[in-house]
Amino acid sequence: MAETLQNLGLGFSVALQPAVLLYAFAGCVVGTLVGVLPGVGPLAGISLLLPATFGLTATNAIVMLAGIYYGAMYGGSTTSILMRIPGEAASVMTCIDGYAMARKGRAGAALAIAAVGSFIAGTVRVVALMLLAPPLARFALRFGPPEYFALLLLGLLVLAYMSGGSMVKSLAMAVLGLLLGMIGIDQMSGYFRFSYGIVELGDGLGVVPIAVGLFGIAEVLATAGQEVPPQVLKPKLRELLPSRREWRESLMPMGRGTVLGFLIGVIPGSAHIISSFVSYAVERRLSRHPEEFGEGAVAGVAGPESANNAATSGAFVPMLALGVPSGPIPAVMLAARASRSSPRPTRSSAARPPSPWTSSLPWR
Amino acid sequence: MLTTDRLGGSALCLLAVFVMWESRRLPLGTWHHPGPGYFPGLLAVILFVLGGLVGAMGKHAASVATVGWSEARQALVILAVGAFICFALEGLGYRLTMLAALLFLVWLVERRSLVTAVTFALALAGGSFYLFDTVLRVPLPRGPFGI
Repeated sequence: MAETLQNLGLGFSVALQPAVLLYAFAGCVVGTLVGVLPGVGPLAGISLLLPATFGLTATNAIVMLAGIYYGAMYGGSTTSILMRIPGEAASVMTCIDGYAMARKGRAGAALAIAAVGSFIAGTVRVVALMLLAPPLARFALRFGPPEYFALLLLGLLVLAYMSGGSMVKSLAMAVLGLLLGMIGIDQMSGYFRFSYGIVELGDGLGVVPIAVGLFGIAEVLATAGQEVPPQVLKPKLRELLPSRREWRESLMPMGRGTVLGFLIGVIPGSAHIISSFVSYAVERRLSRHPEEFGEGAVAGVAGPESANNAATSGAFVPMLALGVPSGPIPAVMLAARASRSSPRPTRSSAARPPSPWTSSLPWR
Repeated sequence: MLTTDRLGGSALCLLAVFVMWESRRLPLGTWHHPGPGYFPGLLAVILFVLGGLVGAMGKHAASVATVGWSEARQALVILAVGAFICFALEGLGYRLTMLAALLFLVWLVERRSLVTAVTFALALAGGSFYLFDTVLRVPLPRGPFGI
């Protein structure tokens, strides 16, 4: 424990340097802008901006890339809430209640709750990351194909069971989604499935184009024929802040979303997407007023937004503790570190209590 | 009576049959060694059953005749413009395609003034190209003369 605190102090001494804070700020701003753009997303954003970090020290580069990552994860919620167009896949669930809140004139409150939820989840998970990373990383690496299959099946069933309305329809939509996922090259055999000679379909259908089509285009079509255009909301500054009731209703979902997101985030794969889906389903199930979900429930914004940000931290666990990237984004960040001819973390370094900032020190 | 659920259930069943038909070219494999056609086939069967259930339980859903779509004309025009963008993007390039599509939508569909439509279309087509292609270096299709 003493060593953890010592490392933490060392980490803060680096992280609180003005230059590092400046790069963190710049990363968050750029990341938020990237997240707001539908279809770009954190992976594309980090990949595109990777060359911009080549002139920086490893610490500054990793801090900036982490800022871009977190910023993009938050930025995706802005267009979800205001326009019902998810900036990236993990913000799909925020579209439902975030946009409904905006339609009720609570756009500012929804944005604030998403921001605070993301901040709390990110902060709490950084602490958990320092303390729990090595054992959690070892656990995550035991996940094989059967465990993944079981986890995804659980996610779909939980969503179908908890989403309310007709369970048969929910299951039918889950199966339809799985069928859409069949398009492209079969990973096991290399066969092209349902691609009809179109090379682009070999990669399958992206989550973001489908989500933008389902939510964004549907909204455009639904409002296309309105004789009176939708009213532009001009809230006063104090209306941008959530009310006391909204804060109260969002606290527990934020806590649950944080825990769920971190635990699911440790597991390699598209954890940040799954975590937001599971969080939404859990909140709906636990709510005393499940009928409010879809109509602007605060918990429907607070839970998923906290979960996807907590999953972002969780994704660092295997990377920082064992040097094994848990998904494409940590892999790109690991590549950024490797591009400076620095050794990547190894299993022997897992003995050290890792933190996102102190872990970069040995490779500075 | 044709209800929305019955219509939806039938559509799901039709889709399931289509997937089964298309999966026939893919090796099925076995239970222990499933081939590329195994999972789509299995999912298609499940979808057929679920679609049938949705239809069978859809007696009390809203009648299709009562469901209106007042914005159909505008929506179909937007979809047609979307299709035009998909097919024209590679040939005409991003800027020309978006310019044409936005001009059509704002001037002819939304019936705004020509000046407004041209200004909006030029600004959005040029601005978004600059942001993605120039600033973010996402290569967007270019048309004749590199436009």
